[in-house]
Amino acid sequence: MASGTITSSEYITHHLTNLTYGNHPDKGWIFAENGQEASEMGFMAINVDSMLWSVGLGIVFVWLFAKIAKNATTGVPGGAQNFIEMIVEFVDDNVKSVFHHKNSIIAPMALTIFVWVFLMNLMDLIPVDWIPHAAALAGIHYMKIVPSTDLNVTLGLALAVFILIIFYSIQQKGIGGFLAELSLQPLGKWALPFNLFLELVGLIAKPISLALRLFGNMYAGEMIFILIALLPFWAQWLLSVPWALFHILIITLQAFIFMVLTIVYLAMAHDHH
Amino acid sequence: MSINMTIIGQIISFVIFVLICMKYVWPPLTAALAERQKKIAEGLDAADKAGRELEAAQQSVEAELQESKARAAELIEQANKRANQIIDEAKASAQSEGDRIKAAAEAEIEQEVNRAKEALRSQVAILAVAGAEKILGASVDMKNHQELVDELAAEL
Repeated sequence: MASGTITSSEYITHHLTNLTYGNHPDKGWIFAENGQEASEMGFMAINVDSMLWSVGLGIVFVWLFAKIAKNATTGVPGGAQNFIEMIVEFVDDNVKSVFHHKNSIIAPMALTIFVWVFLMNLMDLIPVDWIPHAAALAGIHYMKIVPSTDLNVTLGLALAVFILIIFYSIQQKGIGGFLAELSLQPLGKWALPFNLFLELVGLIAKPISLALRLFGNMYAGEMIFILIALLPFWAQWLLSVPWALFHILIITLQAFIFMVLTIVYLAMAHDHH
Repeated sequence: MSINMTIIGQIISFVIFVLICMKYVWPPLTAALAERQKKIAEGLDAADKAGRELEAAQQSVEAELQESKARAAELIEQANKRANQIIDEAKASAQSEGDRIKAAAEAEIEQEVNRAKEALRSQVAILAVAGAEKILGASVDMKNHQELVDELAAEL
């Protein structure tokens, strides 16, 4: 619940502002004091909260999985190993059903995407005020703990996937093959400019849709949690509990969609037409 | 909500996490899974084989049992036959022994009868002679009348 001294709109804005460190044109390298300053910093700025939370969660993922993998027994697995293996098999099944080429990067990358995105989304279920309040007490003004509500994070993931799409397209088909694929279909060589336009839009749409889908879902979900937090404290649970339960489904689904689409796009990059 | 260097930081960390995952997470886990799969397959094979062996063993036990039953029946049959044979033989020998004893006894009886008859005959002859003497009042010369007496005795 917002304290009495700030308005609802200030509360919402506060909760949706990243902690940004960057080069301000007038003030030099500082932590932005508000969203306005953060946008004035332009590209030479970094969202410290997004980076810390996403890297921290990534470390949780690799630490947990590597620890289990190191001690993996081939006999009867324990509870934790069983759970991890379940996830790995789930990802592996998805990769095998879609991706039929030989590539040792795809499956580990799919696993990384699935678990990492899931963990980042999971931060959404932590009550919206807890950590920002704790940060405020420690003197940190902004603290947005769900990295996947930061477009930079989702777009970063999507761009990495996009780079791989381009890389494998060229590696598998050669530059000529890739350009031919972009320009000689669907209508044949006489409609080359039209084909090129169509295919380029399709190509660019892949990372954009990947990034915006995840960002949009998480941002909207977080927004609703914040709006619920504006209600009187005794009424919040009526909405926040059902929404949180529903959100468990959404965060898993979004992580799954991101993973599957990544696999599909990379499979398409490997396929010869 | 502006695009800034976070995007690059995110790409870099993503690459690093994928590399770590490729090196330390995925291979050991999939290797463990494959290994377990192999073990389970082997276990199932072994169970299958054991099942088949058990079945074969049961079949051979069954056959053995059948055979021994047949043998036992045969033996009993033989024993019965032999017993009957022994009984028959015993009966036959008892019969012949009885016949023999009976025949011997009959012969002896006849002999005795004959002997008694002989004795009786001579006694009768003497009595007849004595009676005749008393009747005639004179002794009958045994020598002279021996022939007559013998005749008489033979007639008795």
